[in-house]
Amino acid sequence: MEATPQAPSPLEETQRSGLALGLVVWVFSLLGVLGALYARWAWTPHSVTVEGASIQHLFDVILAIILVAFVLVHLLLGYFIVRYRARGSESALYFPHHTALEVTYTAVPAVVMVALSVAGILLWSRVHAAPPPDAFVVEVRGEQFGWSARYPGPDGKLGRVDNRIQRPFNVDPEDPAGRDDVTSPEIYLVVNRPNRILLRTRDVQHSFWVPAFRLKKDLLPGATTELVLTPTQRGEFDLACAELCGVGHYTMAGKVRVVTQQEFDRWLRQQGRR
Amino acid sequence: MAAAAEARVHAEVHRESFWTRYVFSQDHKVIGLQYLLTSLFMALVGGALAMVFRTQLAWPQAGVLKADQYLAAVSMHGTIMIFFVLTPALLGGFANFLVPLKIGARDMAFPFVNMLSYWVFALSIVPLVASFFVPGGPLNAGWTAYPPLSALPQAAPGSGLGQTLWLLSIAIFCVSSLLGSLNYITTILVMRTRGMSLLRMPLTVWGIFVAAVLALLTFPVLMAAGILLLFDRLAGTSFFVPAGLVVGGQVIQHTGGNPLLWQHLFWFFGHPEVYIVILPPMGIVSDVIANFARKPVFGYPAMVASMLAIGILSFLVWGHHMFVSGMHPLLGTGFAVTTLLIAVPSAVKTFNWLATLWRGKLYYSTAMLFALGFVSLFVAGGLTGIHLGNAPVDIPLHDTYYVVGHFHLVMGTAAVFGIFAGIYFWFPKMFGRLLDEGLGRVHFWLTLVGVYGTFFPMYYLGMAGMHRRIYDYRAFPFLSHLQPLQVFITLSAFLIFAGGLVLAYNMLRSLAAGRPADPNPWRGTTLEWSTKSPPPHHNWHGEVPEVYRGPYEYSVPGASQDYLPQWEPQPAGVRAGH
Ligand code: HEM
Ligand SMILES: [Cu+2]
Ligand SMILES: [Cu+2]
Repeated sequence: MEATPQAPSPLEETQRSGLALGLVVWVFSLLGVLGALYARWAWTPHSVTVEGASIQHLFDVILAIILVAFVLVHLLLGYFIVRYRARGSESALYFPHHTALEVTYTAVPAVVMVALSVAGILLWSRVHAAPPPDAFVVEVRGEQFGWSARYPGPDGKLGRVDNRIQRPFNVDPEDPAGRDDVTSPEIYLVVNRPNRILLRTRDVQHSFWVPAFRLKKDLLPGATTELVLTPTQRGEFDLACAELCGVGHYTMAGKVRVVTQQEFDRWLRQQGRR
Repeated sequence: MAAAAEARVHAEVHRESFWTRYVFSQDHKVIGLQYLLTSLFMALVGGALAMVFRTQLAWPQAGVLKADQYLAAVSMHGTIMIFFVLTPALLGGFANFLVPLKIGARDMAFPFVNMLSYWVFALSIVPLVASFFVPGGPLNAGWTAYPPLSALPQAAPGSGLGQTLWLLSIAIFCVSSLLGSLNYITTILVMRTRGMSLLRMPLTVWGIFVAAVLALLTFPVLMAAGILLLFDRLAGTSFFVPAGLVVGGQVIQHTGGNPLLWQHLFWFFGHPEVYIVILPPMGIVSDVIANFARKPVFGYPAMVASMLAIGILSFLVWGHHMFVSGMHPLLGTGFAVTTLLIAVPSAVKTFNWLATLWRGKLYYSTAMLFALGFVSLFVAGGLTGIHLGNAPVDIPLHDTYYVVGHFHLVMGTAAVFGIFAGIYFWFPKMFGRLLDEGLGRVHFWLTLVGVYGTFFPMYYLGMAGMHRRIYDYRAFPFLSHLQPLQVFITLSAFLIFAGGLVLAYNMLRSLAAGRPADPNPWRGTTLEWSTKSPPPHHNWHGEVPEVYRGPYEYSVPGASQDYLPQWEPQPAGVRAGH
């Protein structure tokens, strides 16, 4: 076995001042927090759906909690770095355990996490509640690389589709429910009532993402997924595809138009006439 | 006895040729360095790809890449960084080099299997690199390779031969990972020296142990999924492709598959994988902080327990990657709870690191700087996991830059900081020479400023709604005003890459002319510091040391020096450690 070395150690020669690092830790955390607050205030779209607003609210609550935690940890980290740099012959404190301290800082995060889980689950089940039977229904179809929509006609029912049928929107001509369906490149939703958006893809995954709704949902090949939401504001909102779907993924920009019931009815009649 | 052992060791060394000593070596130290250096080289490749696609994002009008090249670049970047840098550097490089040295073994349990694992790993790089040169280029589908995009050659240029080669490469990689994990687990369980009880093992060994168990149990799942996807591509099966798809005007003949199955299998592997690459750095950072704070790691049993808790929970959270995928909403509830629970052991670890620093005697070596950076980054990245794990809150954040920021901070850069800390710390043990501390500080500052400038603002992009994997955001009105931030991010990313080049230069320079290191340059307590730097073949001349105490006996009251190595018998007048 080698003897314990007695030559001067590189340890003794390492940098001693933690001032720069300590300050940088503080400054970075401060900048990070300011940036987050600015991004939340100036860049995050204002939610225009009921569901999105609740989600955004929970986001904000959690943001407050994690920013406080982030700052506290960095205040301590920076302080320890500056304060406890190696000095002279002063030695470190032998401090391997402290049960009360450890229990406290296990229990506090555990309680916070349980509370947040409960809040999250409640909101999650509200967002996924079954839509009322009289919800406005629209089907949005994604494909490489674009969006289109289909609305039930006067019968209120969407007809069967099969991608292999070479007709507009692949509607099955055998199904009477599909005869009066209206298809369009324009996606309309109706303000202030529940909207049920059925999502369908012809090819690979896509994801229906409207930042101002604070909601998204994947389009799943072989299945129909759905998003239920209640818009609270009329207007035109950006739509993007959030799931990588191929080379043109970056071109899958669209618009969702939220209109009043009267506006929608008028539009639908015009479609029928054409 | 000692002399006889030494003679035997020497005889073996002399029997070895250049080939068996440095290329097809069965010595865990050589294999570890092979893994580590290969990973660092791959990091340069993966990093260079990132520099190119970040340039595209900052100045889309210049068009340095075409759309499919952009997707190929991001997909390969992710693949390389996760499979060919982080995993092999940790469960390959550090695991091989450190495990026997730290637990007091002369080598791994199965040296031949160990050699095989490295060469199978090297083999897995071949198809990956080859995919750059085939028609259509490398995969386009991202490192997560979701079918049907990855299953149907019609779906994207990279979904041709490039995707097949990717699957082949990953399948081979899984084999190598299995060979490695079996070795680490067996070695740790049965080859520890006298006195090295499980609760005297350094946390680096614990991190590697738990990571190896996770790897052993999850890589086979990835491999199975990869092979099923290969069947879908090559043999006409339909595990993942449902009926009735029309791609590029062509009706697809598959019937009956389900694309969600891939996501479940992938993330059943994928989530534990992120812990596979963070548990060993957690251990490394604990070792480094204790050493340079001259203090025992605070709450050692809690550190071990939290690693085990993280390991177990990490099998139960994979669905948090699928909240909006179309899986049944009820599943989302369960996965949200398990995911939020995993934040508790993560918090405990962070507080324990802080408590270790409190009233310490801190020496700011480069290793220590990176370890402190790790703590900061782990917190900066981990906290937003609480947003993402909360199922409803994840709805607007999923597949945006919010997630990209989260995992680059908590996994990407934190793990890389752990690796860097480990390199500065153990380089003298690996090569007998110290790295230059001045260059080390340059490397540290470039990297720290670079990663904060690159990844923190990604949260802001995510809040603004910017989705992932888009080649050019100018088609999206809600993103076009953020270009200045994109430029800022790209410039910061250049700093990280520059830092990497400084490290490469420092390593080359120090290999040739670094300051020679004695056996224990940092005055550490664990067994690797009891032998020469670099250690001889079979690690110790003479007997393997016996262990008398826990791994972190620094600044023990009454001791004559501020550290009590694990291998030194009890000095008089000092109270016993554990
Ligand atoms: C505090 C504990 C953590 C929580 C609660 C958490 C939660 C999450 C959630 C919910 C997602 C999915 C987000 C989405 O795709 O929409 C996610 C993504 C991710 N997390 Fe974490 N995380 C935590 C810590 C970590 C750690 C320690 C690592 C790695 C060391 C990590 C690595 C990743 C990666 C790689 C992804 C994204 C993979 C991809 O989509 O490409 N996370 N995290
Ligand atoms: Cu897309
Ligand atoms: Cu995960």
